[in-house]
Amino acid sequence: MEFEAVIGLEIHAQLRTESKLFCGCSTRFGSEPNTQVCPVCLGMPGVLPVLNRRAVEYALKMALATGCRVNTNSRFARKNYFYPDLPKGYQISQYELPLAEKGEVLIEVEGRRKRVGITRIHLEEDAGKLVHGEGADSRYSFVDLNRAGVPLIEIVTEPDIRSPDEAVATLKALRDILLYLEICDCNMEEGSLRCDANVSVRPTGETTFGTKTEVKNMNSFRFLRNALEYEIKRQIEVIEEGGKVVQETRLWDPSRGVTVSMRGKEEAHDYRYFPEPDLLPVPVEEGWLEEIKGGLPELPAEKAERFVREYGLPPYDAGVLTASKHLALFFEECVRLYPKPKVVSNWIMSEVLKELNRENKDIKDSSLTPDLLASLLKLIDEGVISGKIGKTVFEEVYRTGKDPRKVVEEKGLVQIADRDALKGIVEEVLKTHPAQVEQYRKGKEGLIGFFVGQVMKKTQGRANPKVVNELLREALS
Amino acid sequence: MGITREEVRHVAFLARLELTPEEEELYSEQLARIIDYMEKLKELDTTGIGPTTHPIPTPNPYREDKVQPSIPQEEALRNAPDKERGFFKVPRIIGEG
Ligand SMILES: [Zn+2]
Repeated sequence: MEFEAVIGLEIHAQLRTESKLFCGCSTRFGSEPNTQVCPVCLGMPGVLPVLNRRAVEYALKMALATGCRVNTNSRFARKNYFYPDLPKGYQISQYELPLAEKGEVLIEVEGRRKRVGITRIHLEEDAGKLVHGEGADSRYSFVDLNRAGVPLIEIVTEPDIRSPDEAVATLKALRDILLYLEICDCNMEEGSLRCDANVSVRPTGETTFGTKTEVKNMNSFRFLRNALEYEIKRQIEVIEEGGKVVQETRLWDPSRGVTVSMRGKEEAHDYRYFPEPDLLPVPVEEGWLEEIKGGLPELPAEKAERFVREYGLPPYDAGVLTASKHLALFFEECVRLYPKPKVVSNWIMSEVLKELNRENKDIKDSSLTPDLLASLLKLIDEGVISGKIGKTVFEEVYRTGKDPRKVVEEKGLVQIADRDALKGIVEEVLKTHPAQVEQYRKGKEGLIGFFVGQVMKKTQGRANPKVVNELLREALS
Repeated sequence: MGITREEVRHVAFLARLELTPEEEELYSEQLARIIDYMEKLKELDTTGIGPTTHPIPTPNPYREDKVQPSIPQEEALRNAPDKERGFFKVPRIIGEG
């Protein structure tokens, strides 16, 4: 029997505000434990939360960027459960009447475009962080509440996703939008972007849903893909063996490559939501919404389409270049200085991304500027250096941020196009390889490449290949 | 409307309360009376009245996104039954919430 997977994602994104959602404590990552806390986020009796306006603004940006309908009067609710990282005994979240509903995100998998619905986007506060003791401390856990109260948005998708590839594409698309909006760092390792998935399988063609499990703890794109692949296979096996999938939460264990049941903890998932009495409905005036809408940047999908239209790039190039806002900006600035979009795109996609990926860096953090790349490309066009030498120069420019012209001068890499200068070298090469010259003259013309190679070797790749070819043919005829 | 002993035990578990059988009996009666009282509200005709989560129609006040001083670590940990190296120290928690 053929099966298909049905997947929905729940994504938590930490908003890049300066202060927490309901108090003025800093949201900075990596400080000493429990130094960014106050009576409000520690859950002391008698304190009152006051809503951070910027957090609402950021959440609204995401809502508008994904085409959601905004509720101009959303409510906060208490989600009640006990856990040491939750000092109040409840999380302030949204339940009925979330901030935004019914949006969508577009993905592309293997050239096929698809719309993934967004059920809702709501605001909530993050919990603290637990560190589990080791060795002598293995009977204890340690609680740091610096993260407690940091603003999050939860983005819930419709169960429109049908494969691990589509799930990864959906998370990537949402991440790209969050990064373009500059409202989240999207660092999955540090936990500023987290993803859980609801997964079920059903016989292909079936329209009702199978029993789903919730898979957690997938803190990278690779883990998301691996965990989903494993979980789908596991559920199919259970059904094929005549069993039933149990509705439960499962944790991805990357070291063993399996999902593990968290059975027994399910009873606690009775959150008894009720409206938060300490906070009033969240007002979103029409004017504010319009202002935010007007300030939205061009989003990745729109930008990619424009790159195809305006610069005549293949959709693949446009997709790669627009995945990062800064890379897209770099490309456009480069093209402004050196108006050959496809050449610029090729250099960025090969040389530039090779260096950036090796260092795991974003273009904005490197010393390479559009100006430097454009000058380098001009040097090649002017014939000052060859394309091959250009790559050597590029590495140096990337590393040091030096002007390519300077690098060429300092390293003596200027191309030799002068006929007289090359003539002597060509003659020398022919003199030292009489046997090959003989063969060439007998009709083995492919040997021209060998002679060119020898001249290049003698000039450390600096000889202009066109001139060398001409000189060789003259000398050999 | 009755509240079963099982329901009392469930609610007690969620609130991390330990009840004696006598208390379970007592609370099931008391909770039933409270629920009955709520049921009485249903007798009112509320056609055309939306759900009211807040009685006062004032807009929620916002604060600007400005960092305010936090309290010192010693102060934050002062009420903690156990602490170590700046952390609250609790019995080991397995898994996650
Ligand atoms: Zn605080």
